Amino acid sequence: MSLPPQLEELVEDFSGVGPKDRLQLLLELSRELPELPERYADAADSMEQVHECQSPLFLAVEVDDDADRRVHLFFSAPPEAPTTRGFASIMHTGMDGEPASAVLAVPDDFYTALGLAQAVSPLRLRGMAAMLSRIKKQVRAAV
Amino acid sequence: MALQNDTDPKLAEYAHPDRLVTTTWLADNLGADGLVVVESDEDVLLYDTGHIPGAVKVDWHTELNDPVTRDYVDGARFAEICGERGITRDTTVVFYGDRNNWWATYALWVFSLFGHPDVRILDGGRAKWAAEGREMTTEQPKPEAVAYPVVERDDAAIRAFKDDVLAHLGKPLVDVRSPGEYSGELLHMPDYPQEGAVRGGHIPGAASVPWARAAAEDATFRSRAELEAIYLEEQGLKADDDVVAYCRIGERSSHTWFVLTHLLGFDKVRNYDGSWTEWGNAVRVPIVQGSERGSA
Repeated sequence: MSLPPQLEELVEDFSGVGPKDRLQLLLELSRELPELPERYADAADSMEQVHECQSPLFLAVEVDDDADRRVHLFFSAPPEAPTTRGFASIMHTGMDGEPASAVLAVPDDFYTALGLAQAVSPLRLRGMAAMLSRIKKQVRAAV
Repeated sequence: MALQNDTDPKLAEYAHPDRLVTTTWLADNLGADGLVVVESDEDVLLYDTGHIPGAVKVDWHTELNDPVTRDYVDGARFAEICGERGITRDTTVVFYGDRNNWWATYALWVFSLFGHPDVRILDGGRAKWAAEGREMTTEQPKPEAVAYPVVERDDAAIRAFKDDVLAHLGKPLVDVRSPGEYSGELLHMPDYPQEGAVRGGHIPGAASVPWARAAAEDATFRSRAELEAIYLEEQGLKADDDVVAYCRIGERSSHTWFVLTHLLGFDKVRNYDGSWTEWGNAVRVPIVQGSERGSA
């Protein structure tokens, strides 16, 4: 599996501890999700819930015009959705600032290596897959 | 030793007022002997960000659900879950959670499968408690382990299986999913954990009543009169009807099961927890697409 270095490190952090500590790690990451810059403030206010069950998640992707086409990710999710925030924070920590080619090369099932299935449940984890596919879709549209 | 019931006038209108408590009642009774408060959320981390003081957590996905078979835990495991949280068979258990108590009612329904006598919902759940600025803590309670008896689950009264639903066709069914799922336009929810189905649509004859219609803006249950307007007048259901409710995996329909059973006093409501993830993947079961109820 070829992962961007920061994402690789996160996977190692998660797989290096037991299930209970993995939840703790996810909780810490959820607190570290950066605030949205001013230019997205209004967009996040108008976040639409795609579905009655879905935690509202705002996602924006910017791609630099340089040769590397570096990707910048912006997320917003409410405090009452810490798991969604934690997932978003994994994406942000692991992929923000990486070249588009590296982001697009992240395997769709990379999250299985985090070992969260036991602590979070497989059904919830698929939210992470959905998030990655949205990120890739936006990167592809931008490059 | 069950605790006193909440005598709040809004609750008194419901069929079984003893199944609910207000935030005021809970604040007044926190720490009382014989009371255990249980938080059950959709979000697995939410409890750890802060919870009602003394509340313990029960997670449906990782604790009430059998990890291998698609079923709930057995009596022995349930006894462990309760015992280690300080719950005896006589304990008053008050459930609350996120998303209009969606998962709290699910946990209450599973406790009801084991016949736990005194189970109640905090009206308004986590959202109302927080909105009122009531105390939250990240301190983990350390309850003293107690003995809970091994009780075998009794599924017959409030749980329906696929064959029960096939035999039930022609009688009242309530589909509590979103209109798009009901019509079959959506096989799963966009950007949401894919609990996919091969076919979309609904069970023939099922009425479409999205579960959240029973919840008010502040996450409390709608008043008895409002609920009667929806389920009795608009949908034509009657309290002596034999009703089956379903959704996608049985969690949203637990909420509707609670509303029909405990708030409106229906005698016979069963939750079909196999729901659309089973029905929409089952071979040769009848399905109706579009917004009409259809018939079997």
